[in-house]
Amino acid sequence: MRILLVLVLLLLAALFYAWESPIDPVTPPEADAFSAAAVARGEALAGAGNCATCHTVAGGAPYAGGRPMATGFGTVHATNITPHPEDGIGRWSEEAFVRAMREGVRRDGAHLFPAFPYTHFAHTSDDDLAALYAYFMTRQPVAGGVPENTLPFPLNVRLLQAGWKLLYFDGGGDVSDPGRDDVWNRGAYLAEGLGHCGACHTPRNALGAERDDAAYAGAVIDDWYAPALTAANGAPLPWTRDELFAYLRQGATDLHGVAAGSMSAVVHDGLARLPDSDIEALAVYFADLAGAPGRIEPAAVRDAMAGLDADHPGRALYAYACESCHYNAPGAPRAPRPELTLNSAVTGPDPTNFLRLTLAGLGVSEGHPAAFMHGYAGALTDADIVAIARYLRGPAAADAAGWRDLDARLAELRTALEARP
Amino acid sequence: MSKFTLNGNPVEVQVPDDTPLLWVIRDDLGATGTKFGCGIGMCGACTVHLNGRAIRSCITRVGDVAGADIVTIEGLDPAGEHPLQKAWIETQAPQCGYCQSGQIMQAATLLADFPDPTDADIDAVMNGNLCRCMAYPRIRRAIKLAARELRAGREAEA
Repeated sequence: MRILLVLVLLLLAALFYAWESPIDPVTPPEADAFSAAAVARGEALAGAGNCATCHTVAGGAPYAGGRPMATGFGTVHATNITPHPEDGIGRWSEEAFVRAMREGVRRDGAHLFPAFPYTHFAHTSDDDLAALYAYFMTRQPVAGGVPENTLPFPLNVRLLQAGWKLLYFDGGGDVSDPGRDDVWNRGAYLAEGLGHCGACHTPRNALGAERDDAAYAGAVIDDWYAPALTAANGAPLPWTRDELFAYLRQGATDLHGVAAGSMSAVVHDGLARLPDSDIEALAVYFADLAGAPGRIEPAAVRDAMAGLDADHPGRALYAYACESCHYNAPGAPRAPRPELTLNSAVTGPDPTNFLRLTLAGLGVSEGHPAAFMHGYAGALTDADIVAIARYLRGPAAADAAGWRDLDARLAELRTALEARP
Repeated sequence: MSKFTLNGNPVEVQVPDDTPLLWVIRDDLGATGTKFGCGIGMCGACTVHLNGRAIRSCITRVGDVAGADIVTIEGLDPAGEHPLQKAWIETQAPQCGYCQSGQIMQAATLLADFPDPTDADIDAVMNGNLCRCMAYPRIRRAIKLAARELRAGREAEA
């Protein structure tokens, strides 16, 4: 009997802990309630957070939500964040908006799932959140709800998210380091906060939280490989500040390759709204994180490009199918002709990006502004693609664990890509 | 439905998105200078330009070129007098001619990226364009001739 009483008290305590109050709805603010400067700043910040990519379905109205996110626990649909009073966030006060961003709680008090990266957004400053609120409340309201999530019981019980937060949410706060200069700190603020880079680049634990012990260690997400952003990256040539800047600004670099898939959206739809100074800050921050040197010597480029086996069985296939676009003169790789001996999709520890790009190609709007690649799903057999992969990986890199069973990964990716619209 | 430009003209075609661009160019839009060879992107006969760079149109889905600029051999030069076309005539490069529009379109991208191509550059970039008449030595000569003319043009401008 006493045990029962203790249990009931514990349950009540947990409920008290987990419960969040609703914040009263407001009459949607008029557009002229915000300064043009705040709206413009909010627009750039929404680019830094790349809000549109998740909160918009392909071909749909911006920020009207509905995009499914396969989480491994079930599918979560991004919400309508236009200021529509019923279907969007039109009746959210600034206080409610800030609470959602900082604490992951909906206006009505329900906990949000961490698919919404409030764990990162919680680092965002008051001023920046006010500017984001001004921006979203001045968008075109779009009617329309989003599909139901498919999380199974009990994962769909939002109250239980309080337990997840207790375990994995540190509450955000200031990420600046007084020992660093303003540029580095600006990069840290953008990367750790709105940019939520770790959401893809940091592997997650069994409960879907980013692993503190493996920050930026690289992870497969949504059938893309988000490479390690630390010294473990392992590219043949380091990600220097200049390489990072070129990648984040134009979507491609001479020495590493292109931004594809969701990273292409980050660059071309999101970061494109930021000034060069912010891109430079991100480049400084990540070059430092990876311990990259200041510059790369030309001889190192030439050396890194050498060494493919001319007698390899994959060589002839490569010559006919790939080289007309991918060939570069020794020591002179160029972004519009992605140099595959240096390319992160080829040299990384996971074959997903190489196989996926070979099958499905690269869209006109992705990667380098001048580059397009047709997919080879219907042209090359699995054996062909494996032969080309083995040729490009070379003997030294061929035995990386992820590259051993390419047939199985190819089969998975062919199925996954065919299922896409 | 797909919208793009073909040789500078806006076009709109009502075909499934997965229709090969080559079929659309030839059958729907009537530009038959571009040829069908292998159908799997391995011979280069179907080479056209997308936003100024050579691609194989037989394995390009028309849905993927929405909004892009497509240029075929008919549009490489309004008068058919691109330095490569003149060099092709000068050297009498073609024999049967079937692969030649693809060869020329690929060579145009080669010269854009490698204005003074070495033999190794030509071999690598032109490797994917097969010629069953084995006109390769004349094709190489024509490319070098065109490179010289383009260089002379650049020097005259400078």
